[in-house]
Amino acid sequence: MAISIDAAAAVPVSRGQSVAGLKFAEAVIIPVAALVASALLFSIFLLLLGKSPLMFFGLIWTGGFGSSFSFQNTLQRAAPLVLTGLAFAIPARIGLTMIGGEGALVLGGFLSAAVAIPLVSNAVPVFLTLPLMAIAGMLAGAFWLGLTGWLRHYRGVNETIASLLLSYIAIAIMNFFVEGGLRDPASANKPSTMPIGDAYRVGAMPGTDVHWGLGAGIILAILLHLLMTRTTFGFAARMTGGNPRAAQAQGLPVGFLLVTSCAIAGACAGLAGFFEVAAIHGQANASLVAGYGFTGILVAFLARQVPLAIIPVAVLFGALAAAGGIIQRRMGLPDATVLVLQGLIFVVLLTSDTLYGRIPFLQPKSGSAR
Amino acid sequence: MEDSMLVTALIAMLGGAIRVSTPFMFVALGECLTEKSGRVNLGLEGSLVLGAMVAYAGSYQTGNPWFGVVLAGLSGMFLGAIHGYICKLPKVNDMAIGIAIMSFGTGLAFFFGKPYIQPTAPRLEAIPLGGWTGDPRLAQALEVNPLFFVGIALGVFLWWALKNTKWGLIVRMTGDSAPAAKAMGVSVDLVRFIATSIGGFMAGIGGAFLSLYYPGSWNQGLSSGQGLMAVALVIFARWGPLRCLLAALLFGAAGALGPALQSIGISQGYYFFNAAPYILTLFIMIASAQSKSAAREVPGELSINK
Repeated sequence: MAISIDAAAAVPVSRGQSVAGLKFAEAVIIPVAALVASALLFSIFLLLLGKSPLMFFGLIWTGGFGSSFSFQNTLQRAAPLVLTGLAFAIPARIGLTMIGGEGALVLGGFLSAAVAIPLVSNAVPVFLTLPLMAIAGMLAGAFWLGLTGWLRHYRGVNETIASLLLSYIAIAIMNFFVEGGLRDPASANKPSTMPIGDAYRVGAMPGTDVHWGLGAGIILAILLHLLMTRTTFGFAARMTGGNPRAAQAQGLPVGFLLVTSCAIAGACAGLAGFFEVAAIHGQANASLVAGYGFTGILVAFLARQVPLAIIPVAVLFGALAAAGGIIQRRMGLPDATVLVLQGLIFVVLLTSDTLYGRIPFLQPKSGSAR
Repeated sequence: MEDSMLVTALIAMLGGAIRVSTPFMFVALGECLTEKSGRVNLGLEGSLVLGAMVAYAGSYQTGNPWFGVVLAGLSGMFLGAIHGYICKLPKVNDMAIGIAIMSFGTGLAFFFGKPYIQPTAPRLEAIPLGGWTGDPRLAQALEVNPLFFVGIALGVFLWWALKNTKWGLIVRMTGDSAPAAKAMGVSVDLVRFIATSIGGFMAGIGGAFLSLYYPGSWNQGLSSGQGLMAVALVIFARWGPLRCLLAALLFGAAGALGPALQSIGISQGYYFFNAAPYILTLFIMIASAQSKSAAREVPGELSINK
């Protein structure tokens, strides 16, 4: 094997700043600038509607971080976003645009609820039931996105569209069972599976009102960060993302890397579904289709697909969601206001991709190692 | 008894195919034109949803549904133009921008569409074509919306124009090889910008059909990925406008499968049949990804098959 140069690794250059340092500065400055630009554009939108941008962003601050209660609300909403963000970021490092996190979340949540039904009715202890539910959720998600990765590599099917179609199929599968065989007869207006019962719910982390999904997300983000930056697997995955043909020519197991990355991603989304069921809803129903999978894409893009950076970005979007209610009440804006802002951030952020490598003072001087 | 049930189901599927296929037709033709110029626009889903909202609002405010249809096209064109403009910047991923435009368009539609969920706007009127049959079920299935015919005419026109006009040649050349187009003195960016904008216009009209005819009201769950399925539909139709029309009819029939079975009393698995178009799309993609004839007809510059 002739792998010797890791282009992304820190190669300090003697002349002052390192290339890696400049790359890092670029990866922070450009997304932050994109956020500021989106906020300005959205302010113009609000001004045209005759609403005060200052009040809007003030309310986001109050509603997202203003009190201990609102901050915990923010963290609660950030929990699934960390996991769905990871579900987009890991395949993205290997060069795939997988937008099916929503489906993996829904299927994972549904399967963990389905597994819970016999376990709970036979009074299997909590310490066995919850891990089994979590495993079922993760396996379901891993299978769903793993299948997309497999179709991509071995059948040449575009992964963006395939994962999206699988999302709709996952939602249909859940509806099929929730309205049919697994329906709790007591759930009249909103068809749901049997509730798992309070004794089996995942509780809050000590000292907070935030469920363990956030803890799991942070731990997974750290582990996946280490996996992507410190292991042979991560190196091979990033190399495949950079140039699949070269990776194949080097004898890297591209198919294995691809399917595994997608399966890891699916497991993250499936775990998010498990926490939605076991910590929030207590049963599987249409509330699982809440758009976390799609917001996760945005979170991952803003974090430049870096697992650790996903955590603060998810908190930011958790705050946006948490402040939605107060904005609706105080400013008389519809609840879709946050969606418009998110969409705008998304568009501006992706447009800012064009700036990489084009801002003069962020480029390494010619003559230094490139 | 068996026979008459089968006939009922078939008639329900025919009627369903005619009703459900129209939005597919418009989005697919728009996407076909865009992809022929060498670009993918996943954002057409956003154009469809925004178009549906604008059409309903326009029809409600002016009292004329056709005015709503035109406004819907313009709103779809607005999103298409944003997509077209951003995609020409270097280093921008056109698939990702499509997803972003989709969420932006959906957000805008939900934001401005909030006041229009309750009121009733004037709808587009259907043309009853089945009077001669003497069968009320068939007559109902043959109540066809004028936009259906507009879609068919558009498909035929697009097929003719791409094949026989200078503009069609330019679009096809730009899609097959940007360097060749440049060598001929064609502005690749401009051609793609115009093709993407027109594609957005068509998707907006598809949206107008959804809110003004079938299902015929504006709400937030109006489109469940029809705009995205159109992308797969174009792949299935191998970038041919006439085949897009056939594929749209097939998708319409698949979408009508659940309701058709329900009409003869088979309600088991309704939600499963609802997933039929998605499953069909997926299988079509798997089949066409490996098909040699599809590979021969794909525009050379398209990122979707790389």
